[in-house]
Amino acid sequence: MSQLRITLTFCLVLVVTGCGSVEPWVKPYERDRLADPIMSFDRDPVSNGYINHVYEAREGARGASGSSGGGCGCN
Amino acid sequence: MLRAVPEVVVAATRQQPGLLVLLLLLAAGARAGVLPEDRADALYHYYDGGGVQIDGPSLLMRKQVGQQFSVFGNYYVDTISSASIDVVTTASAYDEERTEYSVGFDYLRADTIMSFSYGNSDEDDYQADTFNFGIAQEIFSGLTTISLGYGKGSDTVRSNVDSSFEEDADKQSYRLGISQIITRNMLASVNYEVITDEGFLNNPYRSVRYLDPTSGTGFSFQPEVYPNTRTSNAVAVRSRYFLPYRAAVHGGYRYFTDDWDIDAHTAEIGYTQPFGAWSLDLGYRFYTQTSAEFYSDLFPYEDAQNFLARDKELSSFDSHTLRLGVSYDFLQDGYQFLEKGSVKLFYDRIYFNYDDFRNINGGGNPGEEPLYDFEADVIQFLFSFWF
Repeated sequence: MSQLRITLTFCLVLVVTGCGSVEPWVKPYERDRLADPIMSFDRDPVSNGYINHVYEAREGARGASGSSGGGCGCN
Repeated sequence: MLRAVPEVVVAATRQQPGLLVLLLLLAAGARAGVLPEDRADALYHYYDGGGVQIDGPSLLMRKQVGQQFSVFGNYYVDTISSASIDVVTTASAYDEERTEYSVGFDYLRADTIMSFSYGNSDEDDYQADTFNFGIAQEIFSGLTTISLGYGKGSDTVRSNVDSSFEEDADKQSYRLGISQIITRNMLASVNYEVITDEGFLNNPYRSVRYLDPTSGTGFSFQPEVYPNTRTSNAVAVRSRYFLPYRAAVHGGYRYFTDDWDIDAHTAEIGYTQPFGAWSLDLGYRFYTQTSAEFYSDLFPYEDAQNFLARDKELSSFDSHTLRLGVSYDFLQDGYQFLEKGSVKLFYDRIYFNYDDFRNINGGGNPGEEPLYDFEADVIQFLFSFWF
């Protein structure tokens, strides 16, 4: 329950502060470097999906890879 | 009626707290997202390690339809030839094939991207259906992107040696992600995922071993027995930094814990350096985990406890991966309907070192055999076109 409260409080703060009023400290025209493909977290989804599968099939840990994962007969 | 709406919302969100979070985020108002790029990928993947060879293609096509939809389809094959240590000690080597199809779409509307996908994985003795739903929203003028996701998998486990054997395993996953622009040169993301499993979670072929003075080897085997539920939590942070001479460094860390008593840490760093149309990738990944509470390499006697596992993936081990990648971009000025293309080669070498899984073919008394380790070579050859 406390986790839910924290989440709700966080969301309410977002609403109350009004997202439009937040001054972006990195302006849209200053994001050219961030838009470079070498800065992408998921530059090649097919390759990322494959290498995540290689690890997931051989390790106990799983999840939080940032992608939705797939259905695999990993066990 | 006006009063009724919030009551309905409150009633619904009492059952589904995630829905309330979602509604609040939507109410927060935000910038439009951007649909994924149109591209086609053809990947050949190859894995060779520990007596197992797996290779095959993965083909992906993604295309925008109208202004609001992007659809994709993926076809993936694993052709497996296995003489792994599990197989050679308790069964015989085998060949099999796994085929996976997935289709899905992203829908851009009212400053929100919603994603749906369905996947089906099929092999002789294992079928899996997976649905995924996700929603992502940019806020604070695009400085922050928040995403929520839910996935549900329904698996059917069969056995090639017992045609009457059939069990189910269901999986649900809940995801929360935040990605953030930190500075002009730095991005960071945090992802959290809870996964719950219910059903037949072990492998119908795998065995555990126990001390047996009546056996010539000093030990015998019995089938493994796992709990039929599992819940895991994982949280990961990742960051990328743009260097002034156009290169990127990235790093990440993930903590994992589950109710089988496995705790795991994953850390990785990498570096990308373009040279004109060429690009070089270097990386290192470290992984370590503790064993499941019901894991043992050698149980003291038959039926020593309720749950029994001798799967090396549930043992205590660590691994190190070194990565080298080379890529070349071509058609940078486009050609007819193509915007650009690239060809990439990735090579990963993984070193697995087990702390309490022994190579029982290595000689020695039961429980004193050499610890197992192996290396794996992973090669990816990827052709991509953007259009």
